[in-house]
Amino acid sequence: MRIQVNNETVYCYTNSRDIDHNKPSIVFVHGSGMDHTVWTLASRHFARHGNNVISIDLPGHGRSSGNPLARVEEMAAWVISVLDTLGINQAAVVGHSLGSLIALECAASHGDRVRAIAMVGTTSPMPVSDAILNAAEADDHAAFDMLTQWGFSKRHQFGGNRNSGIWMIGNTLRLYERSRPGVLFHDMRACNEYTAGIEQAVKVACPALLILGAEDRLTPVRGTRALQEAIPSPLVEVLPGAGHTIMVEAPNAMLDALHQVL
Amino acid sequence: MAAPDYPGLDTLALHAGAQPDPATGARATPIYQSASFCFPDSDYAASLFNIERAGHVYSRLSNPTNAVLEERIAALEGGVGAIATASGQAALHLAIITLMGAGSHIVASAALYGGSHNLLAYTLPRFGIETTFVDPRDPQAFANAIRDNTRLIFGETLGNPSLDVLNIPAIAEVAHAAGLPLMVDSTTTTPYLIKPFELGADIIQHSATKFLSGHGIVIGGLLVDSGQFDWEGSGKFPTLSEPYEGFHNLIFTEEFGPAAMIQRARKEGLRDFGACMAPTSAFHILQGIETLSVRMGRHVENTRTITAFLLEQEQVTRVGYPELDGHPDQALAKELLPKGCGAVFSFDLAGGREAGIAFVDALSVFSHLANIGDAKSLVIHPASTTHHRMDAKALAAGGIGEGTIRLSIGLEDPKDLIADLKQGLRAAGKVAGGNR
Repeated sequence: MRIQVNNETVYCYTNSRDIDHNKPSIVFVHGSGMDHTVWTLASRHFARHGNNVISIDLPGHGRSSGNPLARVEEMAAWVISVLDTLGINQAAVVGHSLGSLIALECAASHGDRVRAIAMVGTTSPMPVSDAILNAAEADDHAAFDMLTQWGFSKRHQFGGNRNSGIWMIGNTLRLYERSRPGVLFHDMRACNEYTAGIEQAVKVACPALLILGAEDRLTPVRGTRALQEAIPSPLVEVLPGAGHTIMVEAPNAMLDALHQVL
Repeated sequence: MAAPDYPGLDTLALHAGAQPDPATGARATPIYQSASFCFPDSDYAASLFNIERAGHVYSRLSNPTNAVLEERIAALEGGVGAIATASGQAALHLAIITLMGAGSHIVASAALYGGSHNLLAYTLPRFGIETTFVDPRDPQAFANAIRDNTRLIFGETLGNPSLDVLNIPAIAEVAHAAGLPLMVDSTTTTPYLIKPFELGADIIQHSATKFLSGHGIVIGGLLVDSGQFDWEGSGKFPTLSEPYEGFHNLIFTEEFGPAAMIQRARKEGLRDFGACMAPTSAFHILQGIETLSVRMGRHVENTRTITAFLLEQEQVTRVGYPELDGHPDQALAKELLPKGCGAVFSFDLAGGREAGIAFVDALSVFSHLANIGDAKSLVIHPASTTHHRMDAKALAAGGIGEGTIRLSIGLEDPKDLIADLKQGLRAAGKVAGGNR
């Protein structure tokens, strides 16, 4: 489905269904440099389970037009604009990495519009190394390589995908390579500069679930303590063997975990 | 954090796609010789059928042993995914029927494996898919043959049997300028000798029966998708970019992005045509791939020794190996295949067809059979066997003469191979002498 928000085209994957205002809604938000396809399995699942699924391409990503937004706060406001355009009063927001910060910000700043959040592969603050930022700013392929390498657990450097026939490293690299020049840098910088996460987390009033990869090297579990302490009564699932790319590395376990809040 | 460094080819050949078996801890990839897999509950079953969860339903569609092989070849080639098929021919067919239907057209190299040539020249036209064959050494010929209904450009990395080196970068440029993908058959080169995706190819087909396995005990094929081709941008591939009624109007490019082609091939072609690989075959191929680099290096080394020997023989009128002086693709081979041009090559004997037959019949270390890429050395006379369906004109276009002999050099001691070849040359010489 394509809609217009702020005079730009926004692509929302909806499992080829129209929005049914009698159903609960779930917004899926991808991470840096990615697009809606990272949520295909989960979107299909929750669509079959009676939800409106809206898996978005952020501005400048995938099939959405426009320029990437600079700040997490802007991205959260934009997600709310998407809900406005679709006539959805309240939704759950599921986000991965950068998308998880957007979910957090949605819940904190637009609490009346958010019924639950799930933060997948997350932490806050989410500092990004100079090596990645510099490479991304230069549109150097090394940025894709670093994020792909560190985005998977060490064991998954060799694959072992439960989704048959898909080489998870290759598929992730191709997704980064499809991103438009400069997009990854904008996203990485937004992660790096979003320093209000802990302060905002305290304001989360809806059910909140953190799904963490036990072997995540980009947002390690040990770095999530402050976030876990700030969010009131968070649910936390640590998935063994998974790194940062949890939707790919542990798709079934993630799906099961999401049912706690969706 | 240390700088990122992807695992190398040898490491991937041993490990990619495999994890110690979660049920038993077995280090080797187990053979999951099971037709189907139990569902823990009805919702789980529904979610597998509806592509919501990762897992296995039925071994025609996917199988845990096959999945390891598929990931391994995708990793070795640098693609997004792969499908294991019943044979190399099944992989070629799967690619074609995934991308096009009746009324479509293919531009292919004229120097193809006989089975591939037959599929394209005689069988597919019955289903409304035509092919124009062109000189593999002429990228402009590929461009000239492209029509509005062309949907695929196809060639072999090393043409069969005359080893024309496919100029992948140039032909990929031609293909992409026309909004078309380039598929290459990399059976004789394997990812050890060439990485076609890095050179611009979009799809790779393997007969895994050959060098990937090395042992000659299994039939299997592999189809690998680079994930680099823009199917939507091309606008010529509605099977990938428009709703598919066979799966609740799923649009593959929309839901699977870079993996659209390989997912459609699995969800439709593998499901409906059913040319899946047996799990035991996948296991056997995995055993071969583990030693790919070691074997391919030795294959090439032995081949260089044998071609040098043959060049010195008076009865040998031509040795067709791209590394040799006089081969028209020598410079291109150095550029695209710096580690070697494989271990399959042809040479011409004086004395024509009778000399060729006498030569083959006199060999004892070389096995006379219709295969290549075995650890054992192999020999065949193409004009009377693998390419017998081709008329004289097509044979000539493929660089095959009446006295052409094709060798697949194995891993034996080279001195024993040379002794065997000398025996064959003596027998051929007697026939040639009798003819004079």
